[in-house]
Amino acid sequence: MSDLRDLYQEVILDHNKRPRNFRILPQPTHHANGVNPLCGDRISVFLDIEDGMIKDIAFQGAGCAISSASASLMTEALKGKPVNEVEHLFEAFHNVVTTDCECPRGLGKLGVLAGVRDYPSRVKCATLAWHAVRAALEQRKESVASE
Amino acid sequence: MNAPLALSAAPVAASELDLARIRADFPILRQRVHGKPLVYLDNAASVQKPKAVIDAIGECYGGYYANIHRGVHLLSERSTTAYEGARDKVRAFLNAASVQEIIFTRNATESINLVASSFGGQRIKAGDEIVITGMEHHSNIVPWQLLCERSGATLKVVPFTDAGELILEEYERLLDSGRVKLVAFVHLSNALGTINPVKTMIELAHARGIPVLVDGAQSVPHLAVDVRALDCDFYAFSSHKIYGPSGVGVLYGKKALLEAMPPYQGGGDMIQMVTFEKTEYADLPNKFEAGTPNIAGVIGLGAALDWLNAIGLDAVAAHEHALLEHATARLSEIPGLKIMGTARDKAALAAFTLQGVHPHDIGTILDREGIAIRAGHHCAQPVMQRYGVPATARASFAVYNTRDEVDALVAALWKVKELFD
Repeated sequence: MSDLRDLYQEVILDHNKRPRNFRILPQPTHHANGVNPLCGDRISVFLDIEDGMIKDIAFQGAGCAISSASASLMTEALKGKPVNEVEHLFEAFHNVVTTDCECPRGLGKLGVLAGVRDYPSRVKCATLAWHAVRAALEQRKESVASE
Repeated sequence: MNAPLALSAAPVAASELDLARIRADFPILRQRVHGKPLVYLDNAASVQKPKAVIDAIGECYGGYYANIHRGVHLLSERSTTAYEGARDKVRAFLNAASVQEIIFTRNATESINLVASSFGGQRIKAGDEIVITGMEHHSNIVPWQLLCERSGATLKVVPFTDAGELILEEYERLLDSGRVKLVAFVHLSNALGTINPVKTMIELAHARGIPVLVDGAQSVPHLAVDVRALDCDFYAFSSHKIYGPSGVGVLYGKKALLEAMPPYQGGGDMIQMVTFEKTEYADLPNKFEAGTPNIAGVIGLGAALDWLNAIGLDAVAAHEHALLEHATARLSEIPGLKIMGTARDKAALAAFTLQGVHPHDIGTILDREGIAIRAGHHCAQPVMQRYGVPATARASFAVYNTRDEVDALVAALWKVKELFD
């Protein structure tokens, strides 16, 4: 059980049970859907972008604890950030969940997902919401799949 | 002092199998996973292989391998004999009338695609209807959708009850449209465990002159199939789900139907005579086996059937039934656990959801306990949609599974609850 606690940390279990920013934005400037065809996870992300800043961000969908918590933590991390920081944050986050790198300070709470690196089949759960946000920013219409 | 006579209430059926001996046939089962003994309960996805099968493949490659149907040399003759010998084992296993009715493919999916492409391409026209059921695997949905797109035909779907039983009145109503040209349905549902009343369903279709394909991918390792008693027109299954190697599938088809059908693929081995003006096709079954097949794989399938026959499917079915009853009772003790698929006639697997925990998380946690299950939509997304769930967890049983393994599964699920509550 101890190594499972590395994956399912309290913060993750909490965000899974009570996801933050779990709602629909009625008139988002950007929106996209992400699907994980392997497990059937679905997520919709909504963004309100004004003057290059993410004024509001929200998500809805059904998924496992890792994908739900990751989406919830991502919305907290991105709210109020300039759009041009998304790519940088995503890269840093992707590194943390796929490699043995030291977790950069700038990632904040997102670092709790580092345990995913020991569960290769779950990486796409952790990155699904991020892929959806990137698709929304690129104004892609079709659903994106992670990885 | 004499020991008191033990009046055991344990089911007798389970003890009819020598489980220790059966398990000893599977080298892969001896390992530990994450430090725990491997409990392999993902058999509906693919089943493990007994040593007899692994050895048969090794002996082919190590002893007598050559291409078949063409060499005058000894190795080619031996390979051909072994390959065709396996075809006869499949014929006997299904009780088909002739080896000409047994076509080797890559898997059950390709077997169904062969019928959709060849039979469907020739016989299904715009305005026709194809009937399937709501509990099909994607492999018995998508080939028909592709055929409908090509031909202008329409796909009709038989609904099922909350318990996971087909509604036969609806089935009959769909058959009565007068436009149905083919019925295709699953024998044993991989998502629910339901055993469909195939014989009745075939009779109902035949009474209206409609041919029937049965998808037997899940059924063949669990229950005896007699294609002549069923009177099905086509029966498809995969080697890898019946203790044989992956990469080999079987299509049984009635000879008259297969003879009237055009080839599925063109190439070597399926011809009688080729000139640039015209090609004459080979007789059955070679007409449908273009190119060099999976020779060692087919021979491995033959060894798997020998191995399974030696145990006997009746004993296998009794053992698995006892496991399923035990699993159903023990799983039902867990609060918040809901079993999906409670048909009266059911086999081999328990699909379930656990309140507040996504099946993927269940799968990961169980894996750390050494227990392999499937979590997801089981390539049957319409079934998930029917119940309004994104996915389920599924424990599926094979002949080598034990009561203790079911208990390990249940204990691990209590741990899942502990972590998430």
